[in-house]
Amino acid sequence: MTTTIAEVPAKGTARGPVPRHKRRFSRQQVHENIVGYLFFSPWLLGIIFFNILPILSAVYYSFTQYSVLQPPEWVGLNNYYEMFYVDELFWKAVYNTLYYAIFSVPLGLIFAITLAMLLNYRVWGLAFFRATFFLPSIVPGVAAAVVWAWILNPEYGLVNDLLSRIGIPGPPWLTSEVWSKPAFILMSLWGIGSTAIIFLAALQDIPQHLYEASEIDGANLFHRARYVTIPLLTPAIFFNLIMGVIGALQIFTQVFVISDGGPLWSTLFYVFYLYRQGFQYFNMGYASALSIVLFVITLIFTLILMLTSKRWVYYEGAQPR
Amino acid sequence: MATVVNRATPEVRLWQSKRILTAFNKSVTFLLLLAAALLFLLPLFWMITTSLKPKEQIFAYPLIWLPDPPQWVNYGKALNNPSFKFLLFLQNSLYYAITATIGTVISCSLVAYAFARLRWWGRDVWFAITLSTMMIPGPVVLIPLFLIFKDIGWVGTFKPLIVPAFLGSPFFIFLLRQFFLTIPMDLSDAARIDGASDWGIFWRIILPLTQPALATVALFAFLGCWNDFLGPLIFLNDGDKYTLAVGLAAFRGQYRTQWDLMMAAATVITVPIVVLFFFAQKRFIQGITLTGMKG
Repeated sequence: MTTTIAEVPAKGTARGPVPRHKRRFSRQQVHENIVGYLFFSPWLLGIIFFNILPILSAVYYSFTQYSVLQPPEWVGLNNYYEMFYVDELFWKAVYNTLYYAIFSVPLGLIFAITLAMLLNYRVWGLAFFRATFFLPSIVPGVAAAVVWAWILNPEYGLVNDLLSRIGIPGPPWLTSEVWSKPAFILMSLWGIGSTAIIFLAALQDIPQHLYEASEIDGANLFHRARYVTIPLLTPAIFFNLIMGVIGALQIFTQVFVISDGGPLWSTLFYVFYLYRQGFQYFNMGYASALSIVLFVITLIFTLILMLTSKRWVYYEGAQPR
Repeated sequence: MATVVNRATPEVRLWQSKRILTAFNKSVTFLLLLAAALLFLLPLFWMITTSLKPKEQIFAYPLIWLPDPPQWVNYGKALNNPSFKFLLFLQNSLYYAITATIGTVISCSLVAYAFARLRWWGRDVWFAITLSTMMIPGPVVLIPLFLIFKDIGWVGTFKPLIVPAFLGSPFFIFLLRQFFLTIPMDLSDAARIDGASDWGIFWRIILPLTQPALATVALFAFLGCWNDFLGPLIFLNDGDKYTLAVGLAAFRGQYRTQWDLMMAAATVITVPIVVLFFFAQKRFIQGITLTGMKG
């Protein structure tokens, strides 16, 4: 007889012992299947109606010209052709977004890890510091954007004032096409507190005996960081890298509130451009095509990161998740 | 001289003694952290002081750091401004955040329970699919969802924002599932032997044990809704239904250069979150740690 009370394995498959009946599922298992699906049903609906169907629709609409006021009109690959060969703003948006992602994510990770290492030193006031660094990451995006727009003001802004006190002439930030993206990158660094705390938790998980062993072998601070800390942090780095890239590719709120894509399209980021096409110019078909391309770009990045991860991510346990 | 040191010989220098070195390191670290903390808090400080400055003091050079005298009336001006209907927006934000949070907690706990503690055919495949949906960028589903909701007349109401919350969210499902896995299966088995139904086990045995995790999910769901911008922007096109986030953006659109009013409005949206944070600090930190560790 099949055993019906079985442990749920932490990972892996859910199959219990194979019944030697003709029926695939015992009555007990059928019951369990029904119960399982009942509990699962809300999200099953969610997957179908808010993920799968919309993606399929987006693919469909991407082949149409759809201004909402009139029914969609099939245009085949027109939208994609226009996107890749005609639309300069598309390439500008891609460039701007990649520029932003490539700088903000690694910089953010470096600062977050450094901050986490400092916090890990068990200094006095750890709770205060943790709270202080974490707080900016939960400030509403719109409010943060407005505040930063003000403190990056070229004449009356705080940032340029502080820079001038140490003798550096402050750049024109958001009014300059060269400095506008760095301004956004700077803004993104304000929110690294949550990432730093994740790294802090990961750091605290590193077994102390590894440090002690390395010290016995003569490791100094740098050696310990390079050969013990960083390798054991790679799973956390990997996770935050993927989340960071996915998030960076979707930057929107600050663009909408502060820069409107300017000056001279230097801050025309991808999702903002998509929003414009769909909700200001009513090119729903074109916007859908843009969203599919975004999906593909995100997938490619994620896949690259995941496939290369096997080389540099070190898992303490037996197998990766 | 070197009596306190554990590995030192009598001829060791002061700066070589291990304890002094550690104390020095800790002090330097503390100072560095303090400097960084001040830098992090500076924008918030500036936001508040600017909101209280009389107009001449905002556009002054060299910069004035503290308002003199503090213009509390700026808050009155900002909150009573016809373009920034604060109380209305606050109400909308609360309505959205609270109902969506309730929906999220209910649905995600049900689904996480299914993934963690029930055995059913296809479970792990569906879980893998769930994880992959986390990679789908929001904007990709946004346009089709907007079009669908438009067709069924939901655009301009809160329904597009709230109803999906009752179906679950992959991130929180994942979080709760990890937590549910930590409860020993023996507990469920014992309850079953004692005659509890499947629902009974869930509702009366397992769920009460997961209160901390549920509280964490509720906190982060609430925060997500409060700060949500793109969703409300697209689905709430009626000025009276704006949430605080969208309201602030619209306000800025009109009063772009009136920084005192802008900062007052920004402060007013941020204060509830800061207050919430100070009360629920531990839970926030715990929640972030959970997401990072199990990721």
